[in-house]
Formats: sequence, C-alpha cells, structure tokens
Amino acid sequence: MQALNRFLLFAGAALAATATLVDPSWAQEAPAAAAGAITAPELTVNKGDNTWMLMSTVIVLLMTIPGLALFYGGMVRSKNMLSLLTQVMAIQCIALIVWFCWGYSIAFTTGPEGFDQYFGGLSKAFLANVAIGAKVETFSVGVAIHELIFICFQATFCAITTALAIGAFAERVKFSAIVAFAILWPTVVYAPLVHMVWFWPGPSAIATAPDAPVASGLIWGFGALDFAGGTVVHINAGIAGLVGALLLGRRIGYGKEPMPPHSLTLTMVGAALLWVGWFGFNGGSNLEANEYAGLAMANTFIATAGAGVSWMLIEWLFKGKPSLLGLVSGVVAGLVAVTPASGFAGPMGALVLGLLAGVVCFFFCTAVKSALGYDDTLDVFGIHAVAGILGAILTGILVDPALGGAGVVDYTSCAKDGDITTCDTAAYDMMTQLIAQTKAVLVAIAWSAIGSLAVYIVIAVIFGLRVSEEKEREGLDISEHGERAYNM
Amino acid sequence: MKLVIAIIKPFKLEEVRKALDEMGIEGLTVSEVKGYGRQKGHTEIYRGAEYEVTFVPKLKLEIAVPSESVNKVVDVITAMAKTGQIGDGKIFVTPIEQTVRIRTGETDDAAL
Repeated sequence: MQALNRFLLFAGAALAATATLVDPSWAQEAPAAAAGAITAPELTVNKGDNTWMLMSTVIVLLMTIPGLALFYGGMVRSKNMLSLLTQVMAIQCIALIVWFCWGYSIAFTTGPEGFDQYFGGLSKAFLANVAIGAKVETFSVGVAIHELIFICFQATFCAITTALAIGAFAERVKFSAIVAFAILWPTVVYAPLVHMVWFWPGPSAIATAPDAPVASGLIWGFGALDFAGGTVVHINAGIAGLVGALLLGRRIGYGKEPMPPHSLTLTMVGAALLWVGWFGFNGGSNLEANEYAGLAMANTFIATAGAGVSWMLIEWLFKGKPSLLGLVSGVVAGLVAVTPASGFAGPMGALVLGLLAGVVCFFFCTAVKSALGYDDTLDVFGIHAVAGILGAILTGILVDPALGGAGVVDYTSCAKDGDITTCDTAAYDMMTQLIAQTKAVLVAIAWSAIGSLAVYIVIAVIFGLRVSEEKEREGLDISEHGERAYNM
Repeated sequence: MKLVIAIIKPFKLEEVRKALDEMGIEGLTVSEVKGYGRQKGHTEIYRGAEYEVTFVPKLKLEIAVPSESVNKVVDVITAMAKTGQIGDGKIFVTPIEQTVRIRTGETDDAAL
C-alpha cells in the first residue's frame, strides 16, 4: 500500500466541511453498527499547508485584480477601458461579500432534504457556526487547514468566475446590470454548482465508513474529476457569458466598424499576472503543500507553455503572422484547459492537453465565431468554455496512471491495512471515467445556461441589460462612469 | 512667399530637417497625419477579426519660405525624403498672402 498522504476520491478542491465538522455523527453512526468501528484520527493543522493556502489565496486575488481587469481592459476600445476595470473591481468586492454572507454556506454545507445534491443550506450563512479556529479536512485523512482560510480561498474563485463571464458582453452592458449580476449569479448559479462538484463529506468520513452511502454533490457523485474548476469556473463562466452575449445582441457596428484592442501592452501584462496567479488557483486547490501541489505547479507551467506555442504556430501558419494577442490567448487557453487536470494529469499529459487547447481554441475564436456571428466580445466562450470542456473531458484520460497520471484515491480502502492515513489508488477504467466527465460537463453546461438565463431575465426586467445606442457610441467610460481612461 | 507642404515618411523627418537647416531654413511645423495615395494600407488581425487599415501614418511638414528659395527647398526635400518605394509622399506649393511675426509685428519676408 502506498503511503498516500494525499487527496481525493473523486472530486477536486472540496473539503470535509460537513461530515467531519458540522455533523460528525454521520461519520460515526454507520460504523457503529459494525463490530470494531473505525475511528478517524484527530484533525491536525500543519503550518506549512496553512501558509501555502494563505499565499495561494492572495495570488488568486491578483489574477482578478489587476490581472483579468487588464487582460480584458486592453482588448476593448479606449472609450470602454475604465468600464471594464470598474466592472471587474466592483465584481471582486460584491462577490466577496456574497460569498462570505451566504455563498459559502450554499456551496459547502449540507442542503435541505431532497435537494442536497444541488445546493447546500444556510447553516453557515453570515459565517454562523464558523469558529475562528474551525478546521476543514483536506484530501488526506486527518489533515486539515483552518476553515477561514478555505473560505477566503474559495471566495477568490467566486469573484474571478463572476468577473470572467462579463467579458462576453463588454462594451455594451449597463453597470447597474453588472452590479445585480454580481449579487445574483454567484448566489443562483455559481455556489450551487460548487456544491454539485466539490461538496463531499471528506476523507475521514469515507475512510471510517467505507460501506455507507456518501452524501455529496450531484457531479461529485458521478465520480467526475475537476481539480481546480474546469466545470465550476470555466465552463460555467463561458456558458454564462455566451448566454449573456446572445441576449444583449451584438455591439453597434460589429463586423462593420473596426474594433481593435486599444492596448495589447496591458493585455499582455494582464495575461502574465493571470499565469502567475494561476499557480495559487491550481496549486492551492490541492489544499496541502505536498507533492501534488508540485504536480499542479508543473502542469500549470507545461500545459500553458504548450498552448501558447501551439496557438502561435497555427496562427502563423494560417494567418501569416504570429500575433501577441494570439500568443497570450493561447496561454490563457492552456491555463483554462489544465485547470481540471492540474492535480491529476502527469506533466507530459498536460503538455499534450496544452498543445491541443491552443489549436482548438484558435479554431473556435476564429472560424466558428465568425461563422455563427455571435458577438462574444472577449471570447469568454471561445476560450473558457471550449478549453474548459476540452480539459474536463481529457482529465478523464490523462489521470490514468499508465499515462503518467496521478490516479484517484480510493478512500474506502484507507482503513483496510489498519493505518487509516494510507489509502490505495482506485482501479482506473477509461470508459467509466470518460462517461463521468462527460456527464459533469453536460450538467455544468445545462445548469449554467438555464440558471444564467434566469438571472439575466430578472436583471432585464428590473434594470435592463444594455445601454442606449447613444451611450454605447460615446463609450461606457463617459456615459456610465463620468471618467475617461486617458487624459493626454 | 510660398508655403511648402510636404507629406513624408515619418522616419525621414530628421534627414529632411537637417538638410533644410543647413540651407538656412529657420523654422518648420510638423504634424502627424494619416492618409493614403498609391500606397496601400495593411491588414490587422485580432483573434481572427480582420481590419483593413487604409490610412497610413505620415508626417506633414509646413515650411514658409521666400519665393526665391522655394525651388531649392523642394529639391532638398525631394532628395532627402526619397526612398524610391511607393509611399514616399508628395510636396505641394501654394502662395502666401501675408506673414506676421507675432512677437515683433514684423511682416512678410522679414517675418520668415
């Protein structure tokens, strides 16, 4: 038996928030029926793990502000620069408040009877029942970090996912609609999807009751793997963005007037900050500073590099010149694609994934987008949804230990050898895993599309989604914010 | 008095200015302009969205000179701004009715 002091049975960055803390009786009742009940070790916090998570959390913040804000802002016309920066910063602030007040509880607590697969309850709303020293279990039996750190880490995910989506309808959306979106979308769409993908009872609960049914989110229950948010973050944001872009309609003059990015310099700076922050995003999703955080780091380097190079080469081949925007788009596509695979694929598998992501997203952002005629301003669908889907599906293949992947931990095996802290790797079957991954992708797409549509309809009725033609022509900086980005 | 208006390639400015300075021309005005003549623009591609950029960046020089110097000025600009490629630009010469130096109130040739 391997000394696997490591993560997950099937899901990605989830915690034993419930069974081990809120409801310890769940873990203990089942084995009590059997003779010689297995007892879970006491949760121990390691300062190294805590430190890594504190660090990861702040560099994920850096991804959104200023990373994503500059990446997006540089791609719009100068008359809309400040609108993007304001929208991203406002979403960062609002989504954080939403997460602390009720988002976290909806995502990571046991839900109402019959609906627990879809969303959690309000037992931790406004951080009730979260003591300052409360612990949540990581992916190793008995290993924990402090819950407040986990809440902060997940809060930065909530903010960046919400901010990612709005790039699809940039340059024409009302700021009031953005504010409403930042409250409603994380509540109705994001937090429940987190619950579906990452809510599980934790290692100790399963290890101590290997034969009991596992109360988890719907997608976790499929056995689907999503290490750092391919479904939760990227498919979710990409689909929400596309639905919004279709509802708002194309920008005035789209396809007729030139709309070149006003500062690819800032876009490059933003993309570079995204890459740096992504080590916190993927590495932090391991929740422990161990070898699998190292694997996530290696994959976040190599897949990203592969996608940057492949987009550059294919653009050079088909369009004649290797552009900076193409190169950084490839980098972001690689980061997205490796997100669900980052703790599962081996580095060479991740390189293949990255190379594919650059080519597939190039095809979507050029050929498919112009053929279908939708105006996804900043290619949130073409990059985040498409690379997210590609990564989510291929994670099911690349996790195979025979391909250098990490395999998945079978927590039901932990206690069999008498040492509950060591667990076996589950048997891998490609078809089973691919079916689970595909189901996860389909549920994520459907949930995001329907939930986001509902959110947009509510906003459209209350505030309206789109600015007037006059305001759009003048630019949102002046018409919505009364400022201009550059006074030169 | 004549006004010489020259549209030239931006990187030729310093050579033209130096040659005019050496022949005793004491001032000129430069503006950044865009336009097109026989030189075609170029295509810019951003993630597959292609834009034809018709207008090419050029510099516009305006030089007021005494009538007797105008041919020499035109010759100097022609020589210095020439690369032999399409897009070298054009020179226009028009008469000036009146010139005033604001500081002193001097007029016409004395003001040049």
